[in-house]
Amino acid sequence: MHAGRLSPDVEMMAARTTPVHLSLGSLLYYWPRDKVLAFYEEVETWPVDSVYLGETVCSKRFELRMADWLQIAKRLSDRGKQVVLSTCELIESESDLRTLRKITGNGEFLVEANDLGAVHLLAGKTPFVAGPYLNIYSRMSLEFYRGLGASRWVMPIELSEAGLREVLRDADLNMETEVFSYGRLPLAVSARCFTARYNNLSKDDCGFRCLEHPDGLTVSTQDDEAFLVMNGLQTQSARVYNLIDEVAGMIAMGVSHVRISPQSAHTADVVAQFHAATLGDAEATAKPAPWAPEIACNGYWYARPGLEQANAAGNIPASHGRKSST
Amino acid sequence: MTLSLESMTDAETSAQEHCGTDNRKDRAERMKLVCPAGSLPALTAAVDNGADDVYMGIRDETNARNFAGLNFDEKSMRDGIRYAHTHGVRVLMALNTFPQPTTWQKWQRAVDIAVDYGVDAIIVADMGLMNYAANKYPQLRLHLSVQGSATNYEAINFVHERFGITRAVLPRVLSIQQIAQVIAHTPVEIEAFGFGSLSIMVEGRCALSSYATGESPNTHGGCSPAKAVRWEKKADAPGVLDSHLGAVLIDRFSADERPGYPTLCRGRFKVNDDIYYAFEEPTSLNTLELLPKLQDMGVKAIKIEGRQRSPSYVALVTRVWREALNDCSSRPEAYQVRPAWQTALSRVAEGNQCTLGAYHRTWK
Repeated sequence: MHAGRLSPDVEMMAARTTPVHLSLGSLLYYWPRDKVLAFYEEVETWPVDSVYLGETVCSKRFELRMADWLQIAKRLSDRGKQVVLSTCELIESESDLRTLRKITGNGEFLVEANDLGAVHLLAGKTPFVAGPYLNIYSRMSLEFYRGLGASRWVMPIELSEAGLREVLRDADLNMETEVFSYGRLPLAVSARCFTARYNNLSKDDCGFRCLEHPDGLTVSTQDDEAFLVMNGLQTQSARVYNLIDEVAGMIAMGVSHVRISPQSAHTADVVAQFHAATLGDAEATAKPAPWAPEIACNGYWYARPGLEQANAAGNIPASHGRKSST
Repeated sequence: MTLSLESMTDAETSAQEHCGTDNRKDRAERMKLVCPAGSLPALTAAVDNGADDVYMGIRDETNARNFAGLNFDEKSMRDGIRYAHTHGVRVLMALNTFPQPTTWQKWQRAVDIAVDYGVDAIIVADMGLMNYAANKYPQLRLHLSVQGSATNYEAINFVHERFGITRAVLPRVLSIQQIAQVIAHTPVEIEAFGFGSLSIMVEGRCALSSYATGESPNTHGGCSPAKAVRWEKKADAPGVLDSHLGAVLIDRFSADERPGYPTLCRGRFKVNDDIYYAFEEPTSLNTLELLPKLQDMGVKAIKIEGRQRSPSYVALVTRVWREALNDCSSRPEAYQVRPAWQTALSRVAEGNQCTLGAYHRTWK
């Protein structure tokens, strides 16, 4: 379970104006309904500005229905959070499209478009967030989406600091920029359910085994290095992407939103630490947290293999991030 | 296609019958066979063995098969296009990676080059690049690449409305019913994969390769790049061979196994105590047996994967599929997969085995 409400200190800090916003990405895992409801009740008190809601991985997950998400959205909105409804990253069936239309036509909350179908339903009608799966790697492509009405974009996880700097170089972008900054990286999506496959079940009769893995199911190499995580149709990194040390740089570059991806434990602590970082509290970020992930990574930010952990100069310490050959 | 949305409740099952009827008038125009040309000899092989269209790329990261020694420079491009056009074969230029932050002008120049050399269409994934091409060359025929991740008709119709695309290549994740559903709701020609390497992940949505090596199809036009491959014999276990991609152990082969190339999603990994092909076995997609169905549904083109393969692969696969498409269009009711076709294809298939992939729902 996650670590409860924040201390009064942190809640007070939340009231201060910050130059960059914290956002909580959509919940990527499949948790029991009660756990989800309890989680978002806590989020109401956290110093996050934007909260992304909805099922983005698998349309078969139904612990929460659209009405439930909207109810959570209203409560968070009443507590002053900006709510963004996220669309599913894989839209295949007519039933998927019906859900998609409900989200894009909700009439109240901003929507994060995660495929071109969602873009079709939003373009020219209402401002939207161009999600990370739209693959915007260049200023040329970003400007196209801006022309359709995107008011914010979330850069692809593969983009580096240098790449982002280049995209943001001309000052007159007039869009918000969000960076996935903490959590297991969503690396790939398939129509095949890998969790069902592991359990020798078909996707149509999967038994909702994802419920048994609140942070996904670890895939290791044969020499026992944790490598990836199965999360139904989604494949994630086993290492936790952590850009806590890059927040100051992001602010200087013009990043407006720093995204934290929910996990089953310690999300409140992660939020508190990032919040301190956005306030320039170097001390809060310097000390290693007792709950910190075993192995973090930040390679993509330094234009290196994503699984690597580079220091602030972009160098890979000899003993880290790369197994020595035997 | 005039089916209204209201009548489409749970249309996945009925769409197939509907569009089968509605598209019958178009059937006089048989399905196009779209073949890979990774080099001039491969292009020649495709043309000589019955391709309707060939697709090629420029020798750089503007296309998704950016491998050493592959693709076309100016001279081979000119020669190849001339050879294809002389034989009535169309040339499609794949510009299907994503323009990168500092080098995006290179992708624009690639569009200019394609037009300058007289290709018949370009295959594009990035919306910014599509925008450039459609504005600068309104007459240029545009295809939406499989890397564009358009898995539903709303997505395809968006690109059609904005840029007037003629054809869309469907990601290899849709079932046959879902393909029928797409066709029933779009004016865009649909191209489906027929044979070749099977992508497990939605195309354009996979960063596994860059996670391990720093290079992915989206950013560098390649997956599991050869320069990141390392083979290692185990000193403590005679006969055992490890394959690595970057720092990651992808597979471990015993002495009696034939080692395969360490494509990341084809590795054997460990989940709890099970060591197995966690994502997919080494296998190729082969939809020969579905041809009449695809034709009846109104699929307009069948794509053969394999620009990274040899000219002899292209010759063999093109010849088999030409025969199959001829059989299928002339006498669909009598169509049967000939054993000789299957034997020939399994010889060049990955791991010498084939699958129907996502076309067959149980694969998922």
